[in-house]
Amino acid sequence: MGAGAGGTLAVEDRVALLRYMLLMRAIEERAMNLYRQGKVPGSFYDGFGQEAVSVGAAFAMSPQDRLCILHRDLGAHLVRGVEPWRIFAQYMGRADGITRGRDGNVHFGDHTKGCVGMVSMLPDMMLVATGMAMAFRLRGERRCAITWFGDGSTSRGDFHEAMNWAGVQRLPVIFVLENNQYAYSTPLSQQFAVDPVERAAAYGFPGLTVDGNDVEAVFEATWAARERALSGDGPTLIEAVTMRMHGHAAHDDMKYVPKQQVEEWRRKDPIDRQSARVAELGVDVAALREEIRELVDAAAERALRSPMPDPETATEGVFHEGEEILLGDGDAPYSAFRST
Amino acid sequence: MPTMTYLQAISDGLRTEMRRDERVFVMGEDIGTFGGAFKVTDGFIDEFGSDRVMDTPLAESAIIGTAVGAAVVGLRPVCEMQFADFVSCGFDQLVNVAGKMYYRQGLPVNITVRLPSGGGFSGGPFHSQNPEAWFMHAPGLKVVAPSIPADAKGLLIGAMRDPNPVLFLEHKHLYRRVRGDVPEGDDPTPFTARVARPGSDLVVMAYGAMVHTALEATEDLDGASVQVLDLRSLVPLDEEAILAAVRECSKVVIVDEANATCAAGAQVAALIAEKGFEDLDGPVVRVSTPDVPIPFSPPLEQAVLPSVDRVREACRELLAY
Repeated sequence: MGAGAGGTLAVEDRVALLRYMLLMRAIEERAMNLYRQGKVPGSFYDGFGQEAVSVGAAFAMSPQDRLCILHRDLGAHLVRGVEPWRIFAQYMGRADGITRGRDGNVHFGDHTKGCVGMVSMLPDMMLVATGMAMAFRLRGERRCAITWFGDGSTSRGDFHEAMNWAGVQRLPVIFVLENNQYAYSTPLSQQFAVDPVERAAAYGFPGLTVDGNDVEAVFEATWAARERALSGDGPTLIEAVTMRMHGHAAHDDMKYVPKQQVEEWRRKDPIDRQSARVAELGVDVAALREEIRELVDAAAERALRSPMPDPETATEGVFHEGEEILLGDGDAPYSAFRST
Repeated sequence: MPTMTYLQAISDGLRTEMRRDERVFVMGEDIGTFGGAFKVTDGFIDEFGSDRVMDTPLAESAIIGTAVGAAVVGLRPVCEMQFADFVSCGFDQLVNVAGKMYYRQGLPVNITVRLPSGGGFSGGPFHSQNPEAWFMHAPGLKVVAPSIPADAKGLLIGAMRDPNPVLFLEHKHLYRRVRGDVPEGDDPTPFTARVARPGSDLVVMAYGAMVHTALEATEDLDGASVQVLDLRSLVPLDEEAILAAVRECSKVVIVDEANATCAAGAQVAALIAEKGFEDLDGPVVRVSTPDVPIPFSPPLEQAVLPSVDRVREACRELLAY
């Protein structure tokens, strides 16, 4: 099996893309069960149907690249190498969760893997990613930053401030607009008058639309954006068009979405599509699914054994004292990074 | 030891640390070619270049948000808000992103945000504010406010070296009005209080420009021995020094230039009520700006900002209690 290069995917990469999407879906389905059993405090948010966006984009990132990840993008954490059992522990507020119980659900970023967790004020992390890219440019480093945000985020000022800043300074940053049709219950028609991908030109850099349910298309667009970024050509806005197939969170029955719309998008399921591709290459997808199921079973079991955090520690760690802690390098499973 | 204005000392602190540590860079509106609205970074661009003295778009949220991103990948950004008032536009990035990052995910955010604050010169409602208490209430942010040139330099160096987000309140009215000895070298000033003048009959606690108001008001107060405690750091608050002063003097006047409700001085008063009650020999007295926007016209502004006379009167009344 040859390694992919220059943005082309080897067979192993195409299987890996499927594997990460299957893993994301399996983890989130199990977590939803744990939520219904009362083991996940608060609410639960998932990215069902959007797996291709985080997996495809994160797969294009090198170990030295840096990621600011949104709440429907669990796949990006998996690509960077965060272990599934720690994700379950995170959901359940356990001591072994990435935030050690200090924040919930997908509000985490494993800094040892080059990832920064999101905050609920969207899209604040666009500015943080822009700042990372600014540091890379100031130091003359060939690396980039990437961040994801939703259609609703494009209405806030930080979207404009980040796009403008990145354009003015021609920064190596990739903005992935995850257009999943709804911001909570608000449809696109009430969010903007013009598709925000068209705004990119006004900030002086390209904006392009990709099929957000095609993981390979998302990967390819992100790879090309990364090449642009590393060549000093500045930012790219990628609009990945997809659909939020579940409610905003576990409590939301999504009555405001026409059934027909959901059915239509169900036929475009990103996992079904990549499964068909990979099966054609002779890969045993059923065996892959079984492997994932076992992995997720074991991860959930392990997380359930993780202790709750000690209440005595609740007031600790507001301020840092001591040695510098920076973002570390994450996993980069794309075969092209291994071969270089 | 060289003598400098408060403003020159801030510049000296920045320049000293930028020479010592190449990770430090400054960013803000009009700070490069123009040298800053108050000329704190005058000439910096010639020495350090436009990458390290970065003129930014007019976007305070972006100044702070991008600083956070640069910090977590290893730089040491120093953000200038052109006026402290404009930090309201970057509030979210400070409070929700920078302040909570370390607690949530173990990732410290070493940024310094310089806030030219305070009134007294007809700046009006949007160029005179003292926003420090907004951030004292937000976990994860340190807040310091020097009153003299030596501390302006030393606290700024300390802020840049502190691994946490630090808000540095530099009072505009002190920029060119106050001069003093400033140590050479690059020693940071600890984030603790400082006895500006010893005394034992009454203590006035203040920070920033109000330290000077307190000193002037109590210089000759009918022969009373009046201590002035310069808080210097609001987060962390130097509880030990505050309670020691209460024990020593038993009578306390707290002066804020900020609006009264939930001001830094309110926190100091609460601390004394909780932990220093037994040492008190009179009510804790506060002098502050009433809860109004800072008005523009001189007689209106002077009517609300704590004056030397108001502080003196408050001290006299308490001494007679």
